[in-house]
Amino acid sequence: MDNIVFLILRRMRRPLLTLVLVYSISILGLVLIPGQDAQGNPWHMDFFHAFYFVSFMSTTIGFGEIPYEFTDVQRAWVTVCIYLSVVAWLYAIGTILTLLQDKTFQHAIKERRFAQRIRNLGESFYILCGYGETGRELALALTERGQHVVVVDLNEDKINLLKLQNLRDFVPALHANARTPRHLLEAGLKHPQCAGIVALTNSNDVNLKIAITAKLLNPHVTVICRADSHDVEANMASFGTDYIIDPFDTFAKYLSTALQTPGLYLLQRWLTAKPGTLLPDPVYPPTHGHWIIGGYGRFGKAVFKRLNKEDISISVMEATPEKTGEPRQGVVKGVGTEEDTLIEADIQHAVGIVAGTDNDANNLSIVMTAQAMTNKLFVIARQNYRENDTLFQAVHADMVMHPSAIVAEKIRVLLATPMLYEFMSLAAYQEEDWACALISRIAGLVDHRVPMIQEFDFTESKHCAIDEALEHGKVVRLGDVMRDPGNRGRSLNCIALLRISRNSRELLPDEDTELLAGDKLLFCGTRHAFSTMEWILCHGPTLEYVLTGEDKPRSWIWRKLAQRSKK
Amino acid sequence: MNPEKVVFGFFIVLSLTLNFGFFVGEIDDPVHHNVYELFAVLIVNIIATLLKFGDRSQLGAVLLSTSLVAVLQLVAASVLWMWVEHISSTGLTPSAMASIVSLSGGAMLANIISVVLLVIETVMLRR
Repeated sequence: MDNIVFLILRRMRRPLLTLVLVYSISILGLVLIPGQDAQGNPWHMDFFHAFYFVSFMSTTIGFGEIPYEFTDVQRAWVTVCIYLSVVAWLYAIGTILTLLQDKTFQHAIKERRFAQRIRNLGESFYILCGYGETGRELALALTERGQHVVVVDLNEDKINLLKLQNLRDFVPALHANARTPRHLLEAGLKHPQCAGIVALTNSNDVNLKIAITAKLLNPHVTVICRADSHDVEANMASFGTDYIIDPFDTFAKYLSTALQTPGLYLLQRWLTAKPGTLLPDPVYPPTHGHWIIGGYGRFGKAVFKRLNKEDISISVMEATPEKTGEPRQGVVKGVGTEEDTLIEADIQHAVGIVAGTDNDANNLSIVMTAQAMTNKLFVIARQNYRENDTLFQAVHADMVMHPSAIVAEKIRVLLATPMLYEFMSLAAYQEEDWACALISRIAGLVDHRVPMIQEFDFTESKHCAIDEALEHGKVVRLGDVMRDPGNRGRSLNCIALLRISRNSRELLPDEDTELLAGDKLLFCGTRHAFSTMEWILCHGPTLEYVLTGEDKPRSWIWRKLAQRSKK
Repeated sequence: MNPEKVVFGFFIVLSLTLNFGFFVGEIDDPVHHNVYELFAVLIVNIIATLLKFGDRSQLGAVLLSTSLVAVLQLVAASVLWMWVEHISSTGLTPSAMASIVSLSGGAMLANIISVVLLVIETVMLRR
């Protein structure tokens, strides 16, 4: 049976027992005590009348003495009964009210409602464990794309915050510990529509536990985890976690992309940034000269490893090298917030500085001190907390590394536009010129705003028109579906980035490419272009028009008339 | 020794004995069946039922259901008694008495099952 029913029954046992006892004593007393009828004959109340009298006595005192007026002995007994029964009723009602206000009880009810709601979900959804900064950004991005999200977080305030947020889709949320498998099951881990689970809590252990639980209980589900240490990463990878995201390594990889191929890095930022925001400016980190890294923690080590591969000399500043370890070349001891340490690290000849401690105030201080001592420094600052956004904008760092934002962005791309993720991995093998050419095409497409990314899957039922046309053997070229149905001569404002067709992948497919049934296409472009393209793919006559330039008659009569006029 | 078990055992056995006391005698003779005894059976049975509230074990749930059956039967008997004496004003006729006693007989059967289950549980524990 259910938890809640048991909780109520267990709590109500004592009050109900008290009530029954009080009732039975009162009734028995009334039946045993002799009374008088209207003529003064001795008379005994029977059980029926006694029960009737006691029932209304305790709830509405002052109903009158029935069926005959009471004797003094009876009145004395009834006085006792009144006090007994009123107290018993107060006790019973009080217990029920306390139970209703009880945290455990309320939580049990909420949990049950949540589980019920998840069971009834009919569309695929993702489970987000941890609703911190990363979780919030991810939930926003996924709901904007019409995907469903379920949230589990340990902190009740965060769940309340979610309720206040104005997300496009209703997001069921449970305030519970995601460590416990039961809560993950309630969140729909074994639900047939569960597409993936994302572990974003601030504890590596909890993320690990979530990944294990998910892989054991539902091996088909995609598991994405955040991990801040290499040990945990290796552990997660050992049992087949699908994606493990380490913000520090990810950023270090971005940095080395930016060092080697700035164009490719810019392309990646343009395509993965939030659509509608201003296009980010290109960055050109200096590839020769002297760099200073402040802080040799997880972030400092990741950056050091990448920079070391370039033609760059590095000095590392670290306040507690005995704790963090040190590179072979040794460290300059100190945080880097004071001039002495910076001078010792050879700030005069430096071209770049990385402020990478886990303290935002220190990072800002390192950047400001360094900027005061020498200009023309390339500045990379690590931002640990979202609330310091304005401060980091104010110091004009060239690159800001914010772990939550990096993780959120990467997972957003993975879940919302998995083809873009694939595109980026393929693009990594391309030349710098290729990237620059694509960048200038995108710049011509949109007006200083980040373009929208859209995937089209021809197997989806809503794209029935194109599917039907291809089944019937019609030749549809990529350029055709990119035509403006208002004016066939014009193209829609979009660029085809990737075509996946029967396991073959084509980067930047040509407009003459013939499309096949079951193709998947990835575009970037404007919102208007995609709503139009959606229409072309799902509406037969429009597709016919962009293919042939003819508006064919649709009804039987017009077809006949058209045939006759042709003759 | 579990005090919960002792208390429940006491009440369920008491309800069976009282029930038996009410049940024995000529089935249609009101003299053989005391109204106070019926009242006592009903109250003791309700208490026994309440004691099983919130018991999550399998046997506890079965015990709850058997004592609920007994309570239902006894309530039916009491209501019938009330009906013939006060509402239909036929008085406690032999036929009415017979149906009241047979209802309580049904309750006794349920109580017997409860006691048997209790004995089984006790034997299985072996502690």
